[in-house]
Amino acid sequence: MKTIVFAEHLNGKFTKSSLEAVSYASAWSASAGGTCIAVTYGNIDASVLGTAGASEVWKMDALSSADGDQVTKLMLAAQKESGANAIVLSHDLVGKSVAPRLSVRLNAGLVSGATAIPAGNTVKKNVFSGKAIAHVTVNSELSIVTVLPNSYGVNTSGTACPVNAFSAEVGSARVRVKEVRVEESESIPLPEADKVVSAGRGMKGPENWGMIEELAKELNAATACSRPVSDIGWRPHHEHVGQTGIAIRPNLYIAVGISGAIQHLAGVNGSKVIVVINKDPEAPFFKAADYGIVGDAFEVVPQLIAAAKAFNATK
Amino acid sequence: MKILVCVSKAPDTTSKITFTNNNTSFDEAGVNFIVNPYDEWYALVRALELKEAQGGNVTVLSVGGADYEQIIRKALAIGADDAVRIDAPESDALSVSTHIANYAKDKGFDLILCGKETINYNGSVVPGMVAELLDMPLVALAAKLDVANGVATCEREVTGGMEVLEVNLPAVISAAKGMAEQRIPNMRGIMAARTKALEVVAVENGASSTSVNNYEMPPAKSACKFVDPANAAELITLLHQEAKVI
Ligand SMILES: Cc1cc2nc3c(=O)[nH]c(=O)nc-3n(C[C@H](O)[C@H](O)[C@H](O)COP(=O)(O)OP(=O)(O)OC[C@H]3O[C@@H](n4cnc5c(N)ncnc54)[C@H](O)[C@@H]3O)c2cc1C
Ligand SMILES: Nc1ncnc2c1ncn2[C@@H]1O[C@H](COP(=O)(O)O)[C@@H](O)[C@H]1O
Repeated sequence: MKTIVFAEHLNGKFTKSSLEAVSYASAWSASAGGTCIAVTYGNIDASVLGTAGASEVWKMDALSSADGDQVTKLMLAAQKESGANAIVLSHDLVGKSVAPRLSVRLNAGLVSGATAIPAGNTVKKNVFSGKAIAHVTVNSELSIVTVLPNSYGVNTSGTACPVNAFSAEVGSARVRVKEVRVEESESIPLPEADKVVSAGRGMKGPENWGMIEELAKELNAATACSRPVSDIGWRPHHEHVGQTGIAIRPNLYIAVGISGAIQHLAGVNGSKVIVVINKDPEAPFFKAADYGIVGDAFEVVPQLIAAAKAFNATK
Repeated sequence: MKILVCVSKAPDTTSKITFTNNNTSFDEAGVNFIVNPYDEWYALVRALELKEAQGGNVTVLSVGGADYEQIIRKALAIGADDAVRIDAPESDALSVSTHIANYAKDKGFDLILCGKETINYNGSVVPGMVAELLDMPLVALAAKLDVANGVATCEREVTGGMEVLEVNLPAVISAAKGMAEQRIPNMRGIMAARTKALEVVAVENGASSTSVNNYEMPPAKSACKFVDPANAAELITLLHQEAKVI
């Protein structure tokens, strides 16, 4: 079998979620004895996609930026040219705009947010905000899969691969980018973070977030918060995780002063290791935790900062 | 401005999730259904705000069976002008999208608003399919939306910041948190909703390209390991040596 996978880049680097998608697509085609072509565009050294497992890259040099319509046309052309029987994208903003269009145009079943390599034509994905898993069957010859960010590791064991020029009639963009406002903070973007320190209403007020930020800094983690905290303006909206905020799946999620309401858990229950710090031993979050400390955040967190500092000093 | 808001039903966020028929279907017994939060809080409320500021009409549309009526009445109570229910099973995203597109194609909507995803199937697929079927541009996951002179301006979160996007109408836009604030329907709205038009459209079943084979529950978490608060430093050691995450 042959897969094609779209790889997006930003500021001269392939995004982590794209590298995950390339790793997934390569492993999938390899499991069925086939090859994987990564498709991209613009001015970038794309041979690195071979490291994630691609056997070759098709790159449209003439395109410097692309909206969903244009990426759709690029992938349609690449599918036609390659005869691929599976198309993979990340379940990120590009994938959410492009995969549904490809599914309609190619009459191909789409499974969005896959968490594992398909078994035959059945693909595993999270449903009910991570409270259950569905095995979805694709009832068409061609399958399209988008890969849930942070659910499939990036392969780094491959070697640089050949990059071939590719060109397609992609038309013009209908969605025009007017401005990109980069946030000044040097902090790690939450959706891509490998570790996250998050805090809730138990912190009492925004003036107490210094220790949360400090712990995050020592652990090289991003910061997040519960919904009421962003609703009352203690923290910026983009830090809100949960059912109605963003869903994250870091390796480590530390929750300080968060009760663990089901809607909060829905956004973080995919985390590999969950640590809960709460003064109430009955807080529901402890049921979802791997490690817990029943105690006052204002006493526990400073101890953790000191311990993390000591740990970093030994590294 | 003519706005169509697509609303889906979803189990109340506190519902216990269980399955029946050998884990092949969601057990709806005792489950309370709500309007999918993204559709209600963000897409519908923003549509109403735009209408209030600029005039026009807001229609809500659902694809689903008779059990959708309570959801649709809620949307009408919040302020939608009229409603449509396409009477068809929600087989998969393609069939739902085909019904939405077939209904909308000759009605002259300026804007089709959806939620960013349904909280039960977590697809984020229907808005893109509707856009493709109607040959319209799509802005996925917009956190802000303004409309002037036939152009929609959206903001959305991207890695490390925000981007501002513009599209000509008609367009499909899916709503993420930030686009509006939840509105609680008042008594007058609830009374008015009873008499607003709810058109039921009979259709042939649409083609679907995927089906759920079965469901499973995620593996149970092992019991939480407690660390003494007087010796919190121990946690850092455990995270390094045992969990191997730092
Ligand atoms: C449809 C819907 C969607 C929702 N979506 C989301 C969502 O996306 N994300 C989200 O987070 N919420 C969401 N909510 C809200 C959710 O139900 C909870 O209300 C919310 O998560 C609670 O936030 P919290 O834990 O910060 O605050 P609280 O529930 O007030 O909990 C504070 C916790 O801090 C502890 N505490 C207090 N003082 C200290 C101290 N000194 N040291 C240590 N611990 C302390 C308390 O014991 C308590 O457990 C949603 C609700 C609904 C109805
Ligand atoms: N059965 C349905 N009827 C009307 N709109 C729907 C339906 N299912 C999904 N939608 C819309 O499409 C959005 C995304 O759904 P999904 O692709 O299923 O995650 C939802 O937030 C709704 O706005």
